[in-house]
Amino acid sequence: MEYEAVIGLEVHAQLSTRSKIFCACSASFGSPPNENTCPVCTGMPGVLPVLNRRVVEFAVRTALATSCTVQKRSVFARKNYFYPDLPKAYQISQYELPLALAGHIDIELNGGTKRIGITRIHMEEDAGKLVHEGEFAGAQASLADLNRCSVPLMEIVSEPDIRTPEEAGAYLRRLRDILVYLEVCDGNMEEGSFRCDANVSVRPKGQEKFGTKAELKNMNSFRNVEKALEYEIRRQIERIEDGGKVVQETRLWDAAAAVTVSMRGKEEAHDYRYFPDPDLLPLMVEEAWVEELRKTIPELPGEKVARFVKAYGIPRYDAWLLASSRSLADFFEASAAVYGANPKVTANECIHWKDAVAAGRLTPETIAHAVEDRESGAISATVSKTLVELAIETGKPIRRIRDEKGLTQVSDTGALEEIAAKVLAANPKEVESYRNGKAGLLSFFVGQVMKETRGKANPRIVQEVLKKKLGV
Amino acid sequence: MHEWTLLEAAQKVRANEISSRELTRAVLERIERLNPAINAYITVLAEKAMRDAQSCDEALAKGLVRGPLHGVPVGLKDIFCTRGIRTTCGSRILQNFLPPYDAAVTEKIAASGAVLLGKQNMDEFAMGSSTETSCFGPTRNPWAIDRIPGGSSGGTAAAVAAGMCFAGVGTDTGGSIRQPASVCGVVGVKPTYGRVSRYGMIAFASSLDQGGAVARTVPDAAVMLSVIAGHDRRDSTSVDIPVPDYLAATEKSVKGMKVGLPREYFGAGGLDPAVRAAVEKALASLAEQGAEAVEISLPHTEFALSAYYILAPAEASSNLARYDGVRYGYRAETDGGLIEMMSKTRAQGFGAEVKRRIMIGTYALSAGYYEAYYGKAQKVRTLIRRDFESAFSKVDAILTPTAPTPAFRLGEKLADPLTMYLSDIFTIPCNLAGIPGISVPCGISPDGLPIGAQILGNHFREETLFTAAAAIERAIPLPRVAPL
Repeated sequence: MEYEAVIGLEVHAQLSTRSKIFCACSASFGSPPNENTCPVCTGMPGVLPVLNRRVVEFAVRTALATSCTVQKRSVFARKNYFYPDLPKAYQISQYELPLALAGHIDIELNGGTKRIGITRIHMEEDAGKLVHEGEFAGAQASLADLNRCSVPLMEIVSEPDIRTPEEAGAYLRRLRDILVYLEVCDGNMEEGSFRCDANVSVRPKGQEKFGTKAELKNMNSFRNVEKALEYEIRRQIERIEDGGKVVQETRLWDAAAAVTVSMRGKEEAHDYRYFPDPDLLPLMVEEAWVEELRKTIPELPGEKVARFVKAYGIPRYDAWLLASSRSLADFFEASAAVYGANPKVTANECIHWKDAVAAGRLTPETIAHAVEDRESGAISATVSKTLVELAIETGKPIRRIRDEKGLTQVSDTGALEEIAAKVLAANPKEVESYRNGKAGLLSFFVGQVMKETRGKANPRIVQEVLKKKLGV
Repeated sequence: MHEWTLLEAAQKVRANEISSRELTRAVLERIERLNPAINAYITVLAEKAMRDAQSCDEALAKGLVRGPLHGVPVGLKDIFCTRGIRTTCGSRILQNFLPPYDAAVTEKIAASGAVLLGKQNMDEFAMGSSTETSCFGPTRNPWAIDRIPGGSSGGTAAAVAAGMCFAGVGTDTGGSIRQPASVCGVVGVKPTYGRVSRYGMIAFASSLDQGGAVARTVPDAAVMLSVIAGHDRRDSTSVDIPVPDYLAATEKSVKGMKVGLPREYFGAGGLDPAVRAAVEKALASLAEQGAEAVEISLPHTEFALSAYYILAPAEASSNLARYDGVRYGYRAETDGGLIEMMSKTRAQGFGAEVKRRIMIGTYALSAGYYEAYYGKAQKVRTLIRRDFESAFSKVDAILTPTAPTPAFRLGEKLADPLTMYLSDIFTIPCNLAGIPGISVPCGISPDGLPIGAQILGNHFREETLFTAAAAIERAIPLPRVAPL
């Protein structure tokens, strides 16, 4: 029997606000343990949360960028459970009434486009972190680091529209690109600022009813998400084919062993006793503010790719490579604005030098002038590469380096004729062979001329001059 | 000296008739003498109070008056966090807890120039109507030492009634300021929800908790409330509405004021005849001064207690979950793991009443029961709020008894929670609706016990309460300090 998988993803994105969601503590990563804490985020008796407006702004912008409907009224709720990294013994989240509903993201796969629905987007606070014995020098017991407590998170829940691990990967990459474009999340999966849980089930192809799902956790890279889904889908199909049943449970991905293992079953599922947090009033989002924020949404990756293909005539694949980073795409456009005669070459150059672009060590003029000089024949491809490297190293304008080093290509036929005559005079045997029909020797003469000019000669003109002199 | 009103004491200090040190020393001596019997204070800050009094005297010598309560000693219920000063909430689980910060109310009291005498006894986590659930032992009623002082702010009411402070700040979730004020013969005011910042006030039931003043006279209560009221950005439920001149309101006439008498409150079984008679006398005094009595109905009153005992425990079960022994407070000794440490800590750290309410609240919020309990109780709450909205379209204030009986005996109701809960039957609807309420002494029972009348007003109409309560106070003169 043929099976298909049904996958829904829950993404937790850490919002890159300066302060936490309910207090003024810094939300930065990597501070010494418990440095970014105060009575509020450590859950002292009597403290109260105050919502960070910036967090709402970031979440609303994400909702707009994923075509969700922003709710005028949403409610923060308490999710109650005991754990030493959760100082209040409840997490403030949104439950019945989230900030945004019913959006979508379009993904591209195998030349086609597929729309993945987004069920909801809500805001919540993160928990702290436990450091266990042996994990850090001198630790004799488990210790709690509460720096991460109340760092703002946004949960983005997809519809169960995803059918394959590849689609899941494409969805996650697209979602991350959007968040990074919006500058609301740094998208770093290893540091945990972009985390993903997956709900996955299988069913015979053609059947409408969903199978029993498992929830997968602990996947800390896109590749791991894909691998875990591949494994889990295979495991569920095998279970059914062996006459067994899939049980509803939470499973952890063990990346080292490349398997998923059961963490807890349905019976052990927590009853979180959600209820509206009486310390926070319902969140009212004014329509005028939403409209104001709508104006701050930049062109998103998908739109950018479409425009690049149309406006610059560059291949779709290259457009995606450029659009994968907002700064690289902007850099490309700035270069093409300086010299726009051959955007394809400009695009290639930008992609080739993307690391230097990201590091801020190249100006759009450098790439534009390099391409322009090459196109005009003023420099060769080899020299172009050398010049860009020198520009990265010294930070000087590329044309000044070119002139200082005397690396302009020699296209002056008079000068080249002299050198060509010298080369031919020095190689009488080869000249004879050539005249007797050994045409391949032309490149030998070209190489000799190039050598004499230390690479500065324009190869096209050298050929012309040589052919004329050899009388062919 | 201890019989002076708060206003008199403040005026005398400012006029250099007495130093803050003399005044503070006198009250501290009274505390030293009476507290062993009354147990109104959990913590007495004798040295700190004397230091602060000296600093007030020095400031005054330079012509500096810090605020309206400059140099006057007052007390705080032990539910308000005080930086570096033990704050217990009457619980073993916070027996040695030193808060790293001050509550908004603590800051405001300091800014008023008052001298803090100490932290006053209370029912554990404010859960109780008799101050018997405190892990520091019960507080006794200064009017009759074998009787309860009411609760949960029983320590504050007893201290005010015994002259062990000039005024205090308590909290009121279902009557915890008004009921003790009533049975201790003092004035207690719970303002509109959102008037006094809850920041640093240890939470019992967040949507109902509200700080308020306890004092010996209505003008004193008015001054005390104006000190602690006001918007605070650290409390998202705090309301940004200017605080009016409450003291001026105590001098206004009740002429033309429409006073509603809810028939459901006076028809209730269990209403002591002496209480009924005293409240009727209060009504008569208002009528004599030109107020008009109007019979009204608050039809959903009978459901208030049940709704309250779902909502308050539900919120409490979540608010009190943080006391797990991990970061602060009591931690049980155990060789077991994390779960055992947490459950033993809570089993040993909380008293019976607190555990009962955590159990009720946890149950009410559980999957499958939420709608039937919490959801339904919220609906009842809405109906009760509407009852009051409709009443206040007809009347300016509502007059009721504060408590159905005068102070009962220690231990009398401790074993029977349901009977105990009925002590708050007249005060709870006010918290559910979020409206302000005041209790003012209006008589003495044949047993010689004080009786209070409750006046309720519309949202942010505390001034109406002060006007009406002051009129009753002027008409029915009663001893301000318990005859100890």
